[in-house]
Amino acid sequence: MLTKNQIAQRIAKELEDGWYVNLGIGIPTLVANYIPEGIEVEFQSENGILGMGPFPYEGEEDADLINAGKQTITAMPGAAYFDSAMSFAMIRGQHVQLTVLGAMEVSENGDIANWKIPGKMVKGMGGAMDLVASADNIIVAMMHTNKRGDSKILKECSLPLTGVNCVKKIVTNLCVMEVLPQGGLKLLERAPGVSVEEIKAATEAQLIVEGDIPEMKF
Amino acid sequence: MNKVVANASEACEGIESGMTIMLGGFGLCGIPENSISELVKKEIKDLTCISNNAGVDDFGLGLLLQGKQIKKMISSYVGENDEFERQMLSGELDVELTPQGTLAEKCRAAQAGIPAFYTPAGYGTEVAEGKETREFNGKMYVMEKAFEADFAIVKAWKGDHAGNLIFKGTARNFNPNMCGAGKITIAEVEELVPLGELDPNEIHIPGIFVQRIFKGTNYEKRIEQRTTRPRS
Repeated sequence: MLTKNQIAQRIAKELEDGWYVNLGIGIPTLVANYIPEGIEVEFQSENGILGMGPFPYEGEEDADLINAGKQTITAMPGAAYFDSAMSFAMIRGQHVQLTVLGAMEVSENGDIANWKIPGKMVKGMGGAMDLVASADNIIVAMMHTNKRGDSKILKECSLPLTGVNCVKKIVTNLCVMEVLPQGGLKLLERAPGVSVEEIKAATEAQLIVEGDIPEMKF
Repeated sequence: MNKVVANASEACEGIESGMTIMLGGFGLCGIPENSISELVKKEIKDLTCISNNAGVDDFGLGLLLQGKQIKKMISSYVGENDEFERQMLSGELDVELTPQGTLAEKCRAAQAGIPAFYTPAGYGTEVAEGKETREFNGKMYVMEKAFEADFAIVKAWKGDHAGNLIFKGTARNFNPNMCGAGKITIAEVEELVPLGELDPNEIHIPGIFVQRIFKGTNYEKRIEQRTTRPRS
């Protein structure tokens, strides 16, 4: 089984040179720690920075420089600041090549739910609805099951949706899955030591298993 | 042209109970601290506030929530505020959650005199319920309307007497989009300079969008999530 850091590490292997990338809050943020050698990507944070750098050294925090998770950050050489309307022009206008988001639930046709549990928790969608409605390439980073062991990879989402038919790939602590254009989740890779049977048992959605499923390599 | 007023109290003249006010800022970054304090002091009620977030319990718009001065919040993200959550779940507070990009564009549309626009955000979700939808080039979009607000209150880094504004870092966020999006725009700035001091090439918002400007005092600029890395 993968740790949260390993999920991020696996997603980082999807990065390609020259991409602009938006990372959501939680596990997605960790992807920035594992950029493969020899490639250059630039991180966009929807509150208004392109070229986001690592956290500042202690004592160098700037209240006027944060990311979408409200964490203090730094700016890389060549970074740019901009207003919220322009930020979402980048996102809606499909100028960002990859979006990595967390999710509470994902369905087999690529629907995603990550902003509300009716009657219990309402934090809001933030920029997630704009991101999933526009991005060509959306990877979800999440745990495969909840604390009770119930699958979060479902036939249909039970929670209010953030977007429909939008997720392209899902990386969980158990496996990597691709959302097929016609629906259904194709199993691509297993986490080290996790069997196909275990993944099937933890997945409510239709899981398509063809041939030998390789173990992830780090 | 001179748009300068003495302080927050003079700037907020005319703001009354029941009005709709848009306020810049993302989290606690770039919020108009002086004007929010003034609204608390004025004890006006039943406000509709348009702002990306709702502050935290004891700072930002959280101060107006504590005093139960807000009737309705229009925001994209409202986590990290217990009092907000309590008022929302008990029904005391009306909350309209709007995707962040849609919120920004509803401000920009109001600023630019565009009554409505189409966006893909929220299509197929409860955000689109009751709204007109339309297909363009094989993709579905939701019609969203420009905001209508009595006042827009923004925070900038530097401003001059004519209301020209320059923002700093990610404290820019919604502030430029809200300028001119309300009937009256109030700008509070950290540095207020005479005409000619700001390089016209570097102005983010021309003064035409701003009616009142004042130099704020005692900025706390609270950090919500202080994250650092060790020096190696």
